[in-house]
Amino acid sequence: MTSMTINTGARAAAAASRRTSHKRRVRREGFVGWLFVLPAFLMYATFELLPLLMSIQYSFLRWDGIGPMTWVGLKNYATVLEVPSLFGTIINAFKLVVFFSFVPVALGLIVASVMRRVAAGRLGSLSRTVLFLPQIIPLVAAGIIWGWLLAMPGLFNQVLRLVGLGGAARAWLGDFDWALPAVGIIGIWVLLGFCTVLLETGMSKIDPSLYESARIDGSGWLREFFSITVPLLRQEIGVCLTVTVIAALSAFDIVYVTTAGGPGYATAVPGIQIYILAFTEQRIGTASALAVLLMALVIIVILPIQRLSREDRV
Amino acid sequence: MKCKAFLALLPLLAATTLAFAEGTKLPTPPFGKEPVVLNAYFETGFDIPFKLAEEFTKQYPNVTWDIKQDQFTNLINSTPRLLAGDNPPDLIRLPTMVSFSKQGLLKNLDGYANSLGWASWPVPQLSQNRVAADGTRGSGALYAMGLNYSMTGVFYNKKLAAQIGMKQPPKTLAEFEDLLAKAKAAKLLPIMEWGSAKSGMGLAFPLQALMASVGPTQPINDWIFQKKGATIDTPSNLNAAQHLEQWIKKGYFPTDINAIEYTDAADRFTKGEGLFTFNGDWQNPAYDAAMPGNVGFFAMPPEKASGSPAAMSAPLTYGIAAKAKNADAAAFFLTWVASNPVARQINVDVGGSNPGGPADAATPKVKAGSVTNETLAAGVVVGKAGTAMDFIANSTSAIFAQGWTPELQKMVGGKQNAAGLLKAVQAEYLRELAQ
Repeated sequence: MTSMTINTGARAAAAASRRTSHKRRVRREGFVGWLFVLPAFLMYATFELLPLLMSIQYSFLRWDGIGPMTWVGLKNYATVLEVPSLFGTIINAFKLVVFFSFVPVALGLIVASVMRRVAAGRLGSLSRTVLFLPQIIPLVAAGIIWGWLLAMPGLFNQVLRLVGLGGAARAWLGDFDWALPAVGIIGIWVLLGFCTVLLETGMSKIDPSLYESARIDGSGWLREFFSITVPLLRQEIGVCLTVTVIAALSAFDIVYVTTAGGPGYATAVPGIQIYILAFTEQRIGTASALAVLLMALVIIVILPIQRLSREDRV
Repeated sequence: MKCKAFLALLPLLAATTLAFAEGTKLPTPPFGKEPVVLNAYFETGFDIPFKLAEEFTKQYPNVTWDIKQDQFTNLINSTPRLLAGDNPPDLIRLPTMVSFSKQGLLKNLDGYANSLGWASWPVPQLSQNRVAADGTRGSGALYAMGLNYSMTGVFYNKKLAAQIGMKQPPKTLAEFEDLLAKAKAAKLLPIMEWGSAKSGMGLAFPLQALMASVGPTQPINDWIFQKKGATIDTPSNLNAAQHLEQWIKKGYFPTDINAIEYTDAADRFTKGEGLFTFNGDWQNPAYDAAMPGNVGFFAMPPEKASGSPAAMSAPLTYGIAAKAKNADAAAFFLTWVASNPVARQINVDVGGSNPGGPADAATPKVKAGSVTNETLAAGVVVGKAGTAMDFIANSTSAIFAQGWTPELQKMVGGKQNAAGLLKAVQAEYLRELAQ
């Protein structure tokens, strides 16, 4: 009995010490893990978190970027609402979501699945490269070239005239009805390659036997697409939607180099207004307030998308 | 204390000023033989400051330049940080000056105006660069100098003008509008102009010309200089905006104007698209080169024959950072530009503009047949009439981007009328001033 007790006690002690050393090892491993994360975290903290916190701080200040700062509380958030056509810029940003997000993701799904089916091998990698190219071309250069193509004497109108549709020729980026869709089409051009490559990578992870059994059951391409490909790609679609919706709502570069928000406020987006407030008007506080509001808006739109793709994992 | 020291210096300054005004040589350079590097920021796309800097080094070999350049629109945004930074420029192209002078970022140039003789130059040269303590322009301390003095107005294609029987520039607004109608009837584009938001809406040029044609110039300058209670929404300006609205409706401008960049408009005009174009004399060398002998110029005619032509005519402003290391050398350069015969010649040949400077300085020779002859002559007429104005896009830092450009673009698109345009711009003006 006694020996048993001793035995049990020793075992318990050994187990306890094992547990402690295990804990210690886990803790040490955790520590080493944090060390690995540290360089990236430092960069992230310096260039992402710190500016974010500073923007929030600035949004409560009146500051011209150089002189002394004065605390103004929530006043900047009230004055932001006086910015010309602010509501219109937000509506424009949501319209851009259609072009920057919905179209590239939908088209990307179709293109990726067609590529996997009919253009494997060299042709496939060639088309992937061509589609992905806009991602590596500097947007400013691309924007200028698009400006030429869509101008009145540009290639696009030349083609229209050539095929007898000269009556439809117009300055696409200077037309109140067409400027936003024209900017949107440039967005599609930029983001389609990104979505296609991401979705195609996702497709390569889908078990081919699923397609085989579906084919044995007599399903066609369309049925396979909607019953296997799309549901199993929900996570990748979630990532694509997240990235592209953010690109649309916080759009700046494409708009700035093609239309600078014109004509009138037809393509003005919050990003352009933030830029003008901060750098042309030297109102850092008001610009920061608008930036914080834009960030809140992006989070509100993005969270449901994130939740949808996460639920898919269960 | 500073004031006393300044008073003690006065007799000396007066002597220098006198000696200089009498047409003697330049004042002694503030540098000896030791090397000086002038830190400068110039505007991309305009050769004039670069050529002047080059010539300055030729004449004073120990002075060299560290020149950075940027587009005008980028300069608007980066100037405060450049001036406040660790390496403040000795010389910088200034887009605006009121906020920078208030922030103490610009050197007060009054001392140089006295010691280097600028104060004795014909009066309008300095007044546009003065900022009063309350932030209004036109009087107060001097914060910038003009590298030259530009003149704006109407350029015309002589061959196309002959086609519609235009023998001489119009003398009244009615004559001008008659020519526009004739051009339209002859299937010519009456006016080439730019209008993209990237370049800034060029219709601000004809609009301001119309304002000065049908009304007085002083209230326009008051508005630009932010004088208390000034407004752009006046009955005569409404009349001007209505003329412009009619011109748009009658198809006097290119249909794609809202997408045309400044450089494309200038290029298309030289290729024969457009009988007229509203622009400034900085474009003279390019017009002379592309359409030699075929380009003419006149200042916007007044509404009535008894009136005087008026023009937007502004100095090509350059300032010195408050903390500049070589402020004296930079100020000497500005004096040299306006006084040295070679520099003045470069200013006219490359810049196309009046070099200003001392009243007795010889006017540089201009090539026969160059449109510069016509812009300089128009400048004299406008100078005598006292009808020169600053640009309505310079009243506040964002009035061009947030006011004139979008609202005029809307007018082109039929989404804004004359009254609404002036109301919207005035509201934007007040919004910016309220900050």
